[in-house]
This record gives sequence, C-alpha cells and structure tokens, in this order.
Amino acid sequence: MSFENLEQLRDHLAGRFRQIVDTDYVLTREEELRPYECDGLSAYRHLPLIVVLPADIAEVSAILQICHREDVAVVARGAGTGLSGGALPLENGVLLSLARFNRILEIDADNLVARVQPGVRNLAISEAAKPYGLYYAPDPSSQIACSIGGNVAENAGGVHCLKYGLTVNNLQALQILTVEGELLRIGGSGLDSPGLDLLALMTGSEGMLGIVVEVTVKLLPIPQRAQVAMAAFDCVEKAGQAVADIIAEGILPAGLEMMDNPSLRAAEDFVHAGYPTDAAAILLCEVDGDNEEVSEEIARVRQRLLDSGASEVRTAADDEERARFWAGRKAAFPAVGRISPDYYCMDGTIPRKHLPRVLREIAAMSEKYQLRAANVFHAGDGNLHPLILYNSNEPGELERTEEFGGKILELCVEVGGTITGEHGVGLEKIDQMCAQFPPAELKLFHALKAAFDPKGLLNPGKAIPTLNRCAEFGAMHVKAGDLRFPHLERF
Amino acid sequence: MSDISTDLQQQVQTAHAEHTALRIQGGNSKHFYGNPVDAEPLSLGPHSGILSHEPTELVLTARAGTPLGEIESTLARHGQMLSFEPPHFDGTATLGGAIAAGLGGPRRPWGGAPRDSVLGVKVLDGQGQILSFGGQVMKNVAGYDVSRLMAGSLGALGAILEVSLKVLPAPAKTRTLGLQMSRAGALREMRELSRKPIPLSGACYLDDHLYLRLSGSHASVNAWKQKIGGEEIAENSTFWQRLRDHQLDFFQTGEPLWRLSLAATSPRLACEQQSLLDWAGAQRWVFSDQDAISVREQVAEQGGHATLFRGHTGGDAFQAMDPLMLALQRRLKARFDPHGIFNPGRML
Repeated sequence: MSFENLEQLRDHLAGRFRQIVDTDYVLTREEELRPYECDGLSAYRHLPLIVVLPADIAEVSAILQICHREDVAVVARGAGTGLSGGALPLENGVLLSLARFNRILEIDADNLVARVQPGVRNLAISEAAKPYGLYYAPDPSSQIACSIGGNVAENAGGVHCLKYGLTVNNLQALQILTVEGELLRIGGSGLDSPGLDLLALMTGSEGMLGIVVEVTVKLLPIPQRAQVAMAAFDCVEKAGQAVADIIAEGILPAGLEMMDNPSLRAAEDFVHAGYPTDAAAILLCEVDGDNEEVSEEIARVRQRLLDSGASEVRTAADDEERARFWAGRKAAFPAVGRISPDYYCMDGTIPRKHLPRVLREIAAMSEKYQLRAANVFHAGDGNLHPLILYNSNEPGELERTEEFGGKILELCVEVGGTITGEHGVGLEKIDQMCAQFPPAELKLFHALKAAFDPKGLLNPGKAIPTLNRCAEFGAMHVKAGDLRFPHLERF
Repeated sequence: MSDISTDLQQQVQTAHAEHTALRIQGGNSKHFYGNPVDAEPLSLGPHSGILSHEPTELVLTARAGTPLGEIESTLARHGQMLSFEPPHFDGTATLGGAIAAGLGGPRRPWGGAPRDSVLGVKVLDGQGQILSFGGQVMKNVAGYDVSRLMAGSLGALGAILEVSLKVLPAPAKTRTLGLQMSRAGALREMRELSRKPIPLSGACYLDDHLYLRLSGSHASVNAWKQKIGGEEIAENSTFWQRLRDHQLDFFQTGEPLWRLSLAATSPRLACEQQSLLDWAGAQRWVFSDQDAISVREQVAEQGGHATLFRGHTGGDAFQAMDPLMLALQRRLKARFDPHGIFNPGRML
C-alpha cells in the first residue's frame, strides 16, 4: 500500500493496530505522543508517528507483521532511561513500547534463574529474588527505573561489573521476535546451547536485530557481607596507582569507583556523604563475600591504599555509613545537575593505566571549550563518565559540548579504549563509531543486521553508521558542515 | 613465536577464490569434536606468542596458536588465571582453539564460559580480510558483539588470529572435599550449596562420591570446609585437571561419549546409564547404548541439548536447531564466509 503523507500512514496503522491491541493502547494524538519524544538523552527529541503498547507476544508479533508488510520502521522502547538516544523515535516509524510486559514469570531458585518479561524493572528482579537469598548482579545506576529488556538491548553495566560482569554475562536465555514477527528462542535450560552464541550477539544490539519479549537472567546468592573503604588522595595519579596496586594485590573488588574533585564536591554538597572536599580524588573500594573473606580483604585493601599514598582511609563502621559512602557516588549525576543548568554524560572506556593522561587532556579541553567537566570513573573496569556542564539556553553551548564530548571519545579510542562502555551508541555516538571502526568492520556489521533484518526496519539509523555518514563525518571535522538527519533538533 | 598472518591471509584468499574448503586447526587437541571435515588444514599453530599481559589491567592478548599451557604459566607467575578453566585434552590445546570450541572446565558455572572472558578478537573472514572487534578493555558496547559471537563458533565464521581476554586473580587457597552419598543426595546437596554464598569452584558427582572444590581466601575456604565436612582430597588439583581433560578412569569406558547440557535439577534420564555429573549437575557426561534420537528427545524434554562428544558413528554431533534458528545461523555464516570455505559442516 502507498500513502500520500504520514497522516494517512498513521491513520492506516492506527486502524490496523486497534484490531490487535486494546484501543487505549494505540496513541496517535500529539499530547499522547509527547512523553515518547525522547529517552534519557533529552537533548534529542522527536515525535513518533504512532505509539503502540501491546500486552503479549502474539500482539507484538501481529504488529511486527503489519510493519514488515508496509515497510514501516519500528523503534522498541523499554523504560526510556537509555542515555544514548537508542529509543529516539522516528517521525515515520512506530514506537513499540514494551512497558506492559511487566511480569516476573518465574523465580527458579534451584536453577538460579528468573524468567521475566522485558518491561520488568532491573531492581524488581533482585527484590523478587531476595526471599530466596538470591539477586540479579548487574546494577546500572538507573536500576530503580530501567527495564531488563532495555538492559539487554544496551548490555547495561553498573558499579559491580569487574567482579560480576555485564548484562551479557548474566543471561541464560532470550525469546526474540524477528522483524517478520516470528518467535526465536535463544538459549535453553542449561548453560549453553548448540550453534552460534546468539545470546551474545543479541545483547547490546540496541533493538536493531529483533525485539526482546522474554528474558531469563541468572541469579546469584546474596553475599553474606559487603564492606567499603573510602580513600582520599591529593592527586589523581596516586588514586590511579592505588587502583593498580589493589588489583596487583590479587583482590577483585566488588566495586571500585573514583570521583574527581568537582564531582565529589558536588556529591558532598548534595547528600553529605562525608567525603573530604579538599581531596583531588577519592576512591571507594567495596569487597564482598563471606564474613571471614571480607574481614581479611578489607584489611589488605586498607593497607594498600595507605601504601599508595592515600591521605586518609576510612572503613565504613556500619551499614549506615556504607550506604552513605555509596549515596554520594550514586547521586553524582543529579548532584552535578544541581550545579549546572544542564550536563552531558559521556561513557568512554580506557585501559586504566592511561587515566592520568586522559584526565589531564580532559582538563585541557575543558579550558579550550570554556566548559566545566566533572569525572566519575568505574575505576575497576576503566569505564569513565566525564560530565560536561553546560547551559542549553546559551547560544552555541550545546554545540561546544557535543564537540568536547566527541573529542573525549576520540581520545578514548586513541589510548586503546572504546567510545562506549555501557550506555550504547544509539544516535549519540554514531559519528564516533567511524573513529572506532574501519569501513570493513562497519560493512560486516551492516551485513549482520541484514541477516536478521533485510529491509532495515528495526531501529534504523542507530548504532552503526553508514559508510557515507562516516565520509561526511570526516569532512565535518574540517568544515563543521551540515549534519545528516536534519530532522533532528540539535539545540 | 611468530606472526604468520600474511601467509594465513594468502591461504584464505586463495581458498576463497578457488572455492576450496579449509579445516582450521590449532593444536589439533579437539580434532574429534564436531562433525568431521574433509579439507586442507589451515594451521594456526605457528601463529603464536603472547603479545601483552598487563597484570594490573587484568588483560592478556595472545595469538591464536599460543599453547594454553604457556598462557596459564605466564598468568600463574603473576598470581592470575583464566577463569573458564579450558580443557587441554592431550596437552596441545591452543588459545584460538579453546575460544573457537567454547568449552569451559569444571569452574564454568561460577567462572563463566570462554565467551565471558573474551574482550576482543582479530579474525580472518572468508574473503581473507583481517577484521578486529572488541578491544582490550573490560566494558565495550560499540557495535555488535562479534568477539563473543566467535567464541564457540567452531570456525564456522572465520579463523581467530588473536584474542584479548579478561583474566582474574587466582584464589589464595583451594581445597577439595569428597563426600560419599547417593546420586539423588548429591544433586540435592549441590542444589542447596549453589544457592548459598559459598566459594565453590567445582561440583562433580562420580562413583558414589560428591566432589566439591572450594577456592577463595584461606579464612573463607577453611571455614566452609568445616561447615561442609567430608574427607579432604589431597591431590586436589590433579583430580580437577583430570576431569577437565577427560583423563579420569570414567572417560576410558568406551564410546560413544555424550555431553548433556541441561538444567541442573533435571532428573536422571533413561539414557544416563553411566554418567558423571559436572557443573553441579548442569553438564553430564554419559555413556549410553541408546540411539541418538532417543538421547536427544530425553534431553530436549528438559530444555537442554546433547552433543555426541567422542566416537561418532555418523549422524550430527550436535542437537538439531529449529528451522528458523538454523536458517538464521546459516545466513550469518554466509555473511562472514560467503563461499562456505571454513570448516564446512563441522557445526554449521
């Protein structure tokens, strides 16, 4: 069928969808569409053509079959907390919300797994598993709100990745609907399955290969005890060295976080965590396990931190103080939000040894672009979150911020790292993908997508840039010329 | 140690041009695994050498032909290890083969599979292009996760040239306990222990005995040994190594040897006439005189799959995938290897 304009297409799809889904769950009016205009990366906004909220797998399948027949693009959305624009809608595409897939189907404590629908919140899984003495390990900072389906799409991480891995390391099975609406079961009841490991390929594929409709996650026994030490340093180099020294000691901390002075001061002002505000950086090092192990390890961590030149080391006296130490770290982003009208969160990963250089160069860029930066660092696994502070009401500041952010990511690639550790490429970092990958690898990515989605209907335009776009991006560096996707507001 | 990637690239380009098949080979220690491939070998063995190991970064990068033994002894010198405990079998296993086969040892349920340790790969695709995916950092979500897709692909997608791995500190203390009990009792015990925060790194049932390996700090391992009880097995490392490499007497029983992968709580299947339970019951090594169809039906009923691991007598080594999955996997292979030159039929 061909349509003269988008309104005709919308009316047609709405009519078809209402034959499948309760009519209340097909949204077409502007005021209904508005809440879906962006995800957690609110600098990019766009109204979808239509929003549909199916209730079960059969409904999603029927919707996909219609879209496939009519060549209409589909953008899947979980809780919409993603930070890279992965769920940014398309003006000529369907926004498929999995929000109603919110049931925990089964906690199988004996086999250490939970079978859940994709719209279930990350934290809700651990809450449901708690009576069994179990939990789901990956804990992105948005875990109170983000959905497990979105976690799969982005391969979400958190503060415990060094010891417990990312989403990809904590999945056992998935049910996927293909672009044609066919159900694909990946993984089984055991720890592996025959053939290629599509569980790994699907994780972090940003809604480009299929729609996740059921997730089986692995559960772990809740550690008997966790203990955290906070150390202050008068320079960032010493803090970086302390991280290497702890690892060299043979300790694998459950969490190992660093905050630089601007971020620790903002956090201290906000939640009064007890951080020393004159420190150049602080480290939070948490160990977990059974009582004996934790007592032994925290003593070794403390000694190492002192030997590495910490000006002060404090071990949380009780659970309350431990929670307070972490509260500052967990509130770092909103804390920075209080001292600046807007902030832009980056997500590069670097080999840890290059941290001093990267922080020095970020400081120099901060001078050059006349924009403040605060750094929060998953020090254990090298994942750096520089926050660039800006004011979107100041003409030109967002553009300067984006350029600053892009330069940070290119620096991460230059030192052997990556442009995204856990937030995904989405739309945000699609140009930096050209710095990360040569054309042959990008071509293979497109070929992989085509094996799943030959018409290119699933979340098109995200995650993997076209070779043309990369050529233009190269040119853009010289002339700061027009961006593609002119329909995207970039204020 | 040498870099022969240019030679390998030429061999692949020639094979691509002439549509001739190649059998990718590292140390050839797993020649029996998968369906037989009748083709010229593409030998990765000489492409060897550890390229970097930075103990404080917990990352090691090595060429595919590097012997696992060399990698493990290098790590051990720095108090580190591979968390997936790959089998060496006859001792000639290489890093590339370990990743391509994707087999994990007794530590698998707690330490992960090879794919869980993979951070990045360099591969030769079916047209002879050298491509790099992933990297040397712990967290990386740029692009599709091709590095982990290569793990366990048995050469269907390409020849792995180089791998970067996450490595872990080795535990300070390891002890093995043996407890005499029935099979049902052992399954129950393994299930209960797995639900507790215990430093388990192995749980196997064989010859009326449950064997448990504890790995962690001295204090923790000693405390749990007291709580669990049983007899301490003195030669604790050789037991797990002989299990890992199929050198225990059990594995000398005959052929064919089946590998069942299924939920740990699955009941004893009719085909488990002689079986060894590993992975707390989730991996079962089985000698059975039942036919393949029957074995596979029983395992599929439990949501698992069965691999004819050693002693082929025809038929597919692997459990059949459903048609939709198989078609997708074949399309994926074709994207990497358009002329189907790599290990045709071994797995895909």
